[in-house]
Amino acid sequence: MNAQLFALAMFDGIAYAALVFMVAVGLTLIFGVLRILNVAHGSFYAIGAYTAASIGGAIFAAGFSPWLAFPLLFVAAALVGILLGGPIERLLLRRIYAKEDALQLLVTFAVFMILEDVQRLVWGVQPYFEATALQQLGNLEVLGVFYTKYQLIFLPIVAVIVLIGLRLFLRRTLSGKLILAVTEDRETATAMGIDADKVYLLTFIVGAALAGFGGALASATTSVVPGMGADMIVLSFAVVATAGLGQIEGAAVTALLIGLGRSFAVYLMPELEVLIPYLIMLLVLLVRPEGLFGAVRTRKI
Amino acid sequence: MSLRLAVPLILLALVALLPTIAPWSQVVLTIALAKGLAVLGIVVLLHAGQVSFGHALFFAVSAYIAAFLGKAFAGGELITMILLGTLASLAVGLLVGLFVVRYRHIFFGMLNLAVSMIFFSILEKFYHVTGGSDGMQVARPSVLGVPMERAGFETLLFYGALVLCIAVAWGVHRYLESPIGHMLKTIKTNETRLEYLGVSARRTLLVGYLVSAGLCGLGGVLMAVTQGIVTPEYAWWIRSGELVFIAILGGSGSVAGAFVGALVYEVVRTYAAAFAADIWQMVLGFFLLGIILYASSGLVGLYGKLMDRLEGKHKTPAGGAKQSMEPAQ
Amino acid sequence: MSAQVLLETRGLDIRFGGVVAADQVDVEIHEGRNLAIIGPNGAGKTTFLNICTGYTKPNAGSVHFCGREITRRSPRQITRLGVARAFQMPQLFAEHSALENLLIAASARDRRWAPFTRLGDVPERDEMMHLLELVDCAHVAERAVNELPEGQRKLIDIAIALALKPKLLLMDEPTSGVASSEKFGVMDILTRALAEAKVTSVFVEHDMGIVEKYADEVAVWASGAVQLRGTPAEILEHPDVIRDVIGEEV
Repeated sequence: MNAQLFALAMFDGIAYAALVFMVAVGLTLIFGVLRILNVAHGSFYAIGAYTAASIGGAIFAAGFSPWLAFPLLFVAAALVGILLGGPIERLLLRRIYAKEDALQLLVTFAVFMILEDVQRLVWGVQPYFEATALQQLGNLEVLGVFYTKYQLIFLPIVAVIVLIGLRLFLRRTLSGKLILAVTEDRETATAMGIDADKVYLLTFIVGAALAGFGGALASATTSVVPGMGADMIVLSFAVVATAGLGQIEGAAVTALLIGLGRSFAVYLMPELEVLIPYLIMLLVLLVRPEGLFGAVRTRKI
Repeated sequence: MSLRLAVPLILLALVALLPTIAPWSQVVLTIALAKGLAVLGIVVLLHAGQVSFGHALFFAVSAYIAAFLGKAFAGGELITMILLGTLASLAVGLLVGLFVVRYRHIFFGMLNLAVSMIFFSILEKFYHVTGGSDGMQVARPSVLGVPMERAGFETLLFYGALVLCIAVAWGVHRYLESPIGHMLKTIKTNETRLEYLGVSARRTLLVGYLVSAGLCGLGGVLMAVTQGIVTPEYAWWIRSGELVFIAILGGSGSVAGAFVGALVYEVVRTYAAAFAADIWQMVLGFFLLGIILYASSGLVGLYGKLMDRLEGKHKTPAGGAKQSMEPAQ
Repeated sequence: MSAQVLLETRGLDIRFGGVVAADQVDVEIHEGRNLAIIGPNGAGKTTFLNICTGYTKPNAGSVHFCGREITRRSPRQITRLGVARAFQMPQLFAEHSALENLLIAASARDRRWAPFTRLGDVPERDEMMHLLELVDCAHVAERAVNELPEGQRKLIDIAIALALKPKLLLMDEPTSGVASSEKFGVMDILTRALAEAKVTSVFVEHDMGIVEKYADEVAVWASGAVQLRGTPAEILEHPDVIRDVIGEEV
């Protein structure tokens, strides 16, 4: 493997890790607070991508400035969070918090099935491709490799901002502190008068918006096709499980690990590309069942 | 004989006789029985409080074994296919099971999904062995050395499957009622106490996992020889989700519900899905939500309630819960 | 005092964060002598039971049962050697009846893996019905355990442990959650059952009246270590105990 291929693999891995992190961090945040693994999270990612690509396609065709592609990313994220995440938590998930784990998992699985067909109905099965944001930033040459600034600089910076922003939000703001309190000890937090309903709703909206944001960011780098949500939910679960459920910083490190593992596999062992994330997950879980950064919880008896 | 017992027997007789009146139903019913066996595998795990989103894996393993056997031995033998296919599913079940029984709930469900997705992509990528996404033809096997005509083979498959399903349903019912079956259920309610009885929860779950993998394997072989073709789609997560869906539809935890659910699902899918092909998953999704939120004991539970009303009983909540766990046969 | 040593710990040490839950704990438990463990909350009493049954692994020290080292074994292995446990919060199989709970325990004890025998038809059924009678729960044999009052749930929890025919039974606050008017009744039932099963018991207890009446020996726990040990009469009149332990209860 020469230096150029090495650089390419590195860049691919970092760009990909940034996208996966965006989805995984929302998944892990929701799990931390609601104790529900949201299988429909993959759909939020796909719908974010479809929203950005289709609105982008329409407004650029109508002659608006291509720089609008960037604010559009946030619009897509907000739409997914508020129009999808909000109602799903409020109308559906709220009714199942008391049910057994297996049924909670099935409910989000059912939402996932529904949203898969919603995507097909709204956007059809033809791929969408809308790379204005990517083209707008242009390329740069590093180590003899031409690479897009969007993937090499913009995506990683956005990921780091989200990571730091989320940290500050959770540690410094009132809403964030409430979320952390509920994550750490739901019963005590509720007993102290924290409105758990509000915290759940807020968390779910933020988590869904992050997935939508990840999808919107991804839409500039790849064609948006049916089935992308299914692949992403399993992959981001792999990241979240490898990191340890509920670990935000851990999800960032693991996303990078899995992103790089996958991109190096593309160049070295292409037939293993799909398998690498799962192999990493299986290996980590065999050694540390609670994940790289997770803590063992023993039940009090 | 009470009405409660008579209705299932009449339904069973109707299913057995339907193909003689309406030959078109034979293949659909055979497929339903094949899926019912796999759903029974999901039901076994539901007793332990675990949901697998990857059990189509075991369905596909045995189906592909059947296809390979047919290819290697110019048609092959049905009995060998069933035995070796199920055995292969059990072997893969042991391998995957040793890993996944260390986990519960979310991890259990999603790790099963991950393993099945790995297998799915292997089936698609190694097309020179597996035929890729086109899949493989499954040659019509001989039965006990006797070559079969298509019509005769299909009839034999249907009645063979029916007898097999009744026998297997009885066996699984007895397993769930036995001490180790009840220990499997305690994984759902109190694993700590189970360990404090000197019993390994992991080993108990592994036994259940092997039973479920074997049942899926049995269903997979039947499906493969009935359809005459296997594709990677057999291992797809949507197929796994379908199995879980049918288990909940029939009545989670109910042995009879697995087959009732599979028959209803397959008939509806074959004749109604044509009108709603684009939104079929959506329909399933809404149905699943409806059952979980409003009729969590499924079709078998609804039947129990209907019978209670007909018999004018005012059921106690505990009695009602018991009812849905009991097979109706 | 020459009775055989059943369980012996040497130098047990464990801390959680800054809290010392066990600090050089050396304890001997003698066959046939029921030991009560008393002491303030957070003194490490439950942790001691957790270590002895393998639920918590100590940082240092050893546990021997009948001369065999069991320090790092799992609860499952230790249970099979003959140490049973009853819990402060009853650990029952919530979806099963009282009798079924015991039948599962008896099947586990006898390794009854036969996949086609009904649980209700196992040969241990009569024995388990008798055990339910001993703990005064025969009339609720067919009831689901999660519908029963706490007192009966605790008795069934102990009956499950007894069903294993252990040599040693560790009980974590057998009378907590039982109405104070019923505590002595529950203990009478228990001692009768224990005597019939010839089981040595260790029980954590806060009620000094219970300790006085039912224990052969008392160990006082504080700050993760045994501070005093002796007969109930000696211990309950000891000035330190009156000041630190009994004072707190009043």
